[in-house]
Amino acid sequence: MQRRYPDPIPSAETQPFWDAARAGKLLLRHAVTTGRAHWYPRSLCPFTGEATEWREASGRGTIYSFSVMRRATPPYVMAYVTLMEGPTVMTNIVECDPDTIRIGDAVSVTFVTSEGGFALPVFRPEPKA
Amino acid sequence: MGGNVFATPSAYVVGAFEHPMRDAGDKTLAQIQAEVAHGALADAGVGKDDVDGFFCGPDAPGTGPLSIAEYLNLTNLRHLDTTNTSGSSYLIHVAHAAQAIAAGKCNVALITLAGRPRAEGRGKGSLARRDDPNQPDHQWEHPFGIQIVNVYGMVAARHMHQHGTTSEQLAWIKVAASHHAQHNRDALLRDVVSVADVVGSPMIADPLHRLDCCVVTDGGGALVVVREEIARSLRRPLVRLRGSGEAPMHLSGGYFDITSSAAVRSGRTAFAEAGVAPADIQYVSLYDSFTITVLVQLEDLGFCAKGAGGRFVADGNLISGVGRLPFNTDGGGLCSNHPGNRGGMTKVIETVRQLRSEAHPAVQVKGCALALANGIGGQLGVRHASATLIMERL
Repeated sequence: MQRRYPDPIPSAETQPFWDAARAGKLLLRHAVTTGRAHWYPRSLCPFTGEATEWREASGRGTIYSFSVMRRATPPYVMAYVTLMEGPTVMTNIVECDPDTIRIGDAVSVTFVTSEGGFALPVFRPEPKA
Repeated sequence: MGGNVFATPSAYVVGAFEHPMRDAGDKTLAQIQAEVAHGALADAGVGKDDVDGFFCGPDAPGTGPLSIAEYLNLTNLRHLDTTNTSGSSYLIHVAHAAQAIAAGKCNVALITLAGRPRAEGRGKGSLARRDDPNQPDHQWEHPFGIQIVNVYGMVAARHMHQHGTTSEQLAWIKVAASHHAQHNRDALLRDVVSVADVVGSPMIADPLHRLDCCVVTDGGGALVVVREEIARSLRRPLVRLRGSGEAPMHLSGGYFDITSSAAVRSGRTAFAEAGVAPADIQYVSLYDSFTITVLVQLEDLGFCAKGAGGRFVADGNLISGVGRLPFNTDGGGLCSNHPGNRGGMTKVIETVRQLRSEAHPAVQVKGCALALANGIGGQLGVRHASATLIMERL
């Protein structure tokens, strides 16, 4: 059975993120002068209060933690992934055997489609070297 | 015990009542609110019309405190507080009641909690706010299937990764709770369980098993907090709030450590205000939504070093009469009661019982004169508020 993903409810502040996701791009919000990235995206930097701007992310990171929802049909992998750019984001790990993934594993972004057609950024394990 | 360098408001918990029901399908929320309110007032020996401060959470139906104040017919109110940090609200209410009493805003504060998630078929906790798209985190979490249990699962998994904590160590927390619950005739789960029972129970969200999770129960509880002169005029043991602290923690723009909690800060504040140290505490009530919740609080409140919680809880160290730090001697949320999916109220009530020497004789801490209650409202691993109360028997 295919997992059904609930829709996000975008706001004016976040619509560009979801538009880019539909085009297969993961955006992050960075402070304009310091360049520091944060999550989740905000129009004012949560560290300094200065203006922020969208930049495309590498889409690569490592698993910070995860938990397999064994009782769901089908089971799914809830996770936090720490991006190369710094912040840690809530997501799912897909295209994996939940019994073999580990904290610290390298992952890269891919997109799945929610019930209403939004593209959700999720992550899959990088092939192990 | 060290000197008290902070000005501590002198407020006393003179009334405490826990609803004996765990399934309340035939009662309304308002009925439960009224039964616990009158239970605590009778325990204190004060009348309804003496109440001039009312504290409640969003479990009280209606606009803030208004509908329940009317249902109870509280006619002399001059101070209201509906601070909501979910399960830890009721500990914060005790601290705020003490502050209001010190400021002269009220003399007799009533704090209530009621809930009926079993009757209403809600087994998964207080998730209502997740459906509000104005909540700015909603769109970044809801689509990925966030639940209370899988976020706590990530906290436990990360704790294991960073500190080598094991499922067997976590299981000892449930084992200790079950040893206490066997003596509580109102507890939902009274069977003593073993470490093997816990780790052998079905996996819910790795690494948390079914027996790592708290119960879902209907019921509630209430407290009465008064100023010193009134407390001394009543015929109840004197239980004084000696120190308190509250603090929130969140994901800080995407840079966080989910193995740590706001109990670091709420505890530090409470211990400083009380002028005591963790080693002075004889009994603790710790929020036990999951076994990992207890472990994190033990570390963050300073009962053991960060990362040493697994070794601290093992081998019955939390069992009254056996270990060094008896906890949740009513069986806690893991075995006895987690009314309305909000465990803070019952944490305070059992602390009061211990300080009055009114806990079950099999679990009563001998000469219990200094105790701590801690609540975690919201969720570790995303956003939560910790509240710490240090109380003493005079």
